[in-house]
Amino acid sequence: MSKHINLTLKVWRQKNQKEKGHFETIAAPQISTEMSFLEMLDVVNEKMTTEGKEPIAFDHDCREGICGMCGAVVNGRPHGALKGTTLCQLHMRHFNDGDTIAIEPFRAMAFKVIKDLAVDRSAFDQIIQAGGFISVNAGGAQDANNLPVPQERAELAMDAAQCIGCGACVAACPNASAMLFVSAKVSQFALLPQGRPEAARRALAMVRAMDRLGFGNCGNETECEAECPKGISISNIARLNREFFKASFGSSIK
Amino acid sequence: MNWLAATFASSIGKKLLMAITGFFFCFFLAVHLAGNLTLYGGSDSFNSYAAHLHSLGKLLVVAEWGMVLFALIHIITGLTLFYQNFQARPQRYQINKSAGGRTLGSATMPYTGVLVLAFVIFHLLNFHFVDKSQTTIYDIVSAAFASPLYVILYVIAMVVVAVHVSHGFWSAFQTVGANHPKYMPTIRTLSILFALLVGLGFGLLPIFISISA
Repeated sequence: MSKHINLTLKVWRQKNQKEKGHFETIAAPQISTEMSFLEMLDVVNEKMTTEGKEPIAFDHDCREGICGMCGAVVNGRPHGALKGTTLCQLHMRHFNDGDTIAIEPFRAMAFKVIKDLAVDRSAFDQIIQAGGFISVNAGGAQDANNLPVPQERAELAMDAAQCIGCGACVAACPNASAMLFVSAKVSQFALLPQGRPEAARRALAMVRAMDRLGFGNCGNETECEAECPKGISISNIARLNREFFKASFGSSIK
Repeated sequence: MNWLAATFASSIGKKLLMAITGFFFCFFLAVHLAGNLTLYGGSDSFNSYAAHLHSLGKLLVVAEWGMVLFALIHIITGLTLFYQNFQARPQRYQINKSAGGRTLGSATMPYTGVLVLAFVIFHLLNFHFVDKSQTTIYDIVSAAFASPLYVILYVIAMVVVAVHVSHGFWSAFQTVGANHPKYMPTIRTLSILFALLVGLGFGLLPIFISISA
């Protein structure tokens, strides 16, 4: 059954990276509970545009929960309080009539606010560029049975590969650490035979990139795991630590 | 930078330093508690324990200086991490809510750490750096805990230590990479049990001494 609710938004408004931001109170009347959170923002923006006001800038792309583009901190929780969903998959039926909703951007030294809720997460791209790939330079694909992979390992690698790189882990981490993201990206390769040849180089390069970009240090607070829309486990962080130690102390790579 | 220095200067390297020294301090707490349990046996048993400990001679001196070194590593690395983590989010959230990951222990690590340091200094001044030529260690301890203020201070300090250890113990396992689907739930439970053991084990001693005196 479709229902309409009236909301008050407290939205973080920030003109650009340099200027100081502030909360702006915006009324959002007659919001259908069938809408997604982003559609609600669309409706609010449409109204603001026709009134000649500056619409709220926010990140979005696929709106299916798989691209990792959207995200904001809703009432203190990245992607909102609903577990295992991105912001685009959070629906307004989870809110009540008369609610006040505070919306802030993901905040971290390494994630600069571009405008309002839109955040520059290219630091993640730089981490991927440092080592989040495998190099297979020549030859046709070999027979699949040449590389037996236990089902359990394949599943673990797939679990790690679920990471969409949205940055909610960084946003949720009290230390703004990117360890869950990096651990997922290292794990998806480290668990499979194709990823092993470059495992040491990858672990070192990605951790160094992460440190250089100004992310914080992991304190095992486990907030990232609790907020991750894809349910990436912190056991990946333990695996990243193991890979990093193996690479540091056991490989010839400096 | 030299590869070894680069390893320990990295975020995971610093975590490793915290974990190794942290493990050591957990071991120290267990040994210290085992020794202190002789206080329940009264004056003779505690004094004889102290005499046995000091009969280790040079070995004890080495252990003490080793502990000072580990403490320095733990404190300096911890403060560096605290500063860097603070820097990593220059603009704080206006509204901050936990998703349920944080615990009292994990959320207060730097603060309980500093309090434990203050307590350790206070504790050493009380019982270590004192003239023991005219008296026994048991008399010094029982004289100290004759004061309710000392009892309260020590009990509070033990609660703080327990809170610190409740996160530190399992966290050290996670950091060294010892996360296993079969053992991790047990390690997390052990962390709480160890914190309770430390808190109750040490915390009840001042109360016992003040009552029995």
